Amino acid sequence: MKIDFEQVTVPVPTPETEHFWSGCVAGELRLQQCDDCSDVYFPPRPFCPECGHREVSILRGTGKARLLSYVINHRPHPAFDGPYAIAVVELEEGVTMMANILNVPQTPEALILDMPLKVAFRSIRRGIVLPYFEPVGDGS
Amino acid sequence: MSAAKVAIVGAAETTGLGRIPQTSQIQLHADAALNALADAGLTIKDIDGVATAGESPTAVAHYLGIAPSWVDGTAVGGCSFMLHVRHAVAAIESGLCKCVLITHGESGRSNVGRAGWASAPGSLAGQFESPFGGMGPTTMFTLPVLRFLKDTGTTLEQLASVAVMQRQWAALNPRATLKELTSVEAVLADRMIAYPFTKSQCCLVTDGGGALILVAAERAKDFPQAPVYILGSGESTETPMISQMQDLTRSRAFQMAGARAFETAGIQHSDVDHLMIYDAFAHLPLYGLEDLGFCGRGEAGAFIASGQTAPGGILPLNTNGGGLSYMHSGMYGMYALQESVRQVRGTAAAKVAGVEISVCHGVGGMFGASGTVVMSASRAR
Repeated sequence: MKIDFEQVTVPVPTPETEHFWSGCVAGELRLQQCDDCSDVYFPPRPFCPECGHREVSILRGTGKARLLSYVINHRPHPAFDGPYAIAVVELEEGVTMMANILNVPQTPEALILDMPLKVAFRSIRRGIVLPYFEPVGDGS
Repeated sequence: MSAAKVAIVGAAETTGLGRIPQTSQIQLHADAALNALADAGLTIKDIDGVATAGESPTAVAHYLGIAPSWVDGTAVGGCSFMLHVRHAVAAIESGLCKCVLITHGESGRSNVGRAGWASAPGSLAGQFESPFGGMGPTTMFTLPVLRFLKDTGTTLEQLASVAVMQRQWAALNPRATLKELTSVEAVLADRMIAYPFTKSQCCLVTDGGGALILVAAERAKDFPQAPVYILGSGESTETPMISQMQDLTRSRAFQMAGARAFETAGIQHSDVDHLMIYDAFAHLPLYGLEDLGFCGRGEAGAFIASGQTAPGGILPLNTNGGGLSYMHSGMYGMYALQESVRQVRGTAAAKVAGVEISVCHGVGGMFGASGTVVMSASRAR
C-alpha cells in the first residue's frame, strides 16, 4: 500500500490537542494521565474524563500496540493506491486509536487480530506528522 | 402493571419511497407530516409540538405553518426519532403540549437540499480519525465487527445470514426495495465494500420519509386507527468516534437504552412478540440481540442463521426487510418505528400474527447513540 500524503486529510490541531501533534513532530506519542486518579486517556482534553480532575500531565507512550479490529476499504480513496485497512489499535497503556497499518499486505491473511504493532511516524504536509502503526520486527 | 399515558394515533411515510429527485428534503418532512395528519384525521392547527432531526424543528414548524409550544431538535443520528417519541411522551404527560408531530425527511439518494456528513477538521474525529481514510459509515460503523466475530466465536457465514433472513421478510413486502431471496453464498460473493462487509451486508441508499402523531392515551380511542400505546422507552449515548468505543464488541448505549425500556415498560423478553433492530449494516442485529438481552454472549449469530428471526421463527425481527432490504434514507429509525406501529395495528405487509408487544430499537451515529421504544396494543398490562 502506498499513501499519497498530498491527499491525506490534514488534521487541524486545537489548543487542547497541540501537545499531541507537536509530540508527533518530535517522534513522541503523547498521551495524558490524571494527576489524581492516574487514569491514562486519549484523545486529548484538559481534564480527566474518568474523574473530572483538571490537573493532568503528558505521558510519553511506548508506541507499542496490538491490532484490535479493522476493515479493508475497497472503495477508491485519493490518498490510497488500492484497498487499504483502517484499524483500531490498543496501545500498551490501554487507550485505543485509529490508524493505518504500514509495511504489511492489506489483506485478511496478513492482518491478524492481536498482532503486535509499533508506532511509525510519517510527515504528511503543513507541518503535520501522523502516527501510523506497523508490525513489530517487520524490517521497516 | 404499567398504564400508558400517550399513544400514536397517526403514522405515515412519504407518498413515494426510493427515488424522489423532484422533492427537497424539507418537503419530504412536510409530505410525511401531511400524510400522518390525514391518517389521524387532524389538521396542522391541531399540532402544538414538533420534533425532528436532520432539519431544525424551527425550520419544519415554520415551513408547515405551525406555532409550536414545544419543540425537540434532538439529533443523535438515525435513532433520533425513538428519542423524540420518548420525549414527546414526557412532554404530553407533563402538559407541555397536547399533540406532537415528529417528522423525518431525507433526500439520501437524490441529495436535494440535503446537508453533508463531514467532520470538521478541527473536531476530535476530524483530527484523530479522518486522516486514516475513513469514508463514512461503510468504513467506520463496520470497523468493530472483526473484533466481535473473534471474541464471540461468530462466523462470517452467520453475519451474512442476517441479510439472507431479512430478505425473506422483504420478499413479503411490496414496498421493499429488494425482494429477491438470496443465500449466504450469494451475500459473501457480492461486491466487497469494506472487508468483511459485502454490498448485501450494507444498507440501501434511498429517499423517503415518515411521521408519527402522539396524544394522551385517554384520547387514543377517539381516532380512526387502533391505538398503539407507548409502554416504555430508553435512551443513551456513548461516543461520536468509533475508535473510542468502550468495548468494540458491545454497545454501551444499546445496553443502557434497552434495559431502561424494558424496565419502564415492565416487560420481560418473553413478552416480546415482534422486534425491530436498526440495521444499517448486518452486524447491528447481532449486537442488538445480545446487548438487549434476547441472546447470550456469542449466541446471536447462530440464532439468526437458524431462522429464529425469519418468517415462522420465534422472534420476528426487522419484518419490513430492514435497512438492508426495505429502504434506508440515512436516518432509518423512523421506518423501524413505522413497522412496529403496523405490526401492532395488524396492518403490516408481512403480518406477524397476534402482536401485542413490539420492541423498536434504534442506533444513532455509529454506535454513538441509542433509543428503544416499547409499543403495545393494550394500554395496560
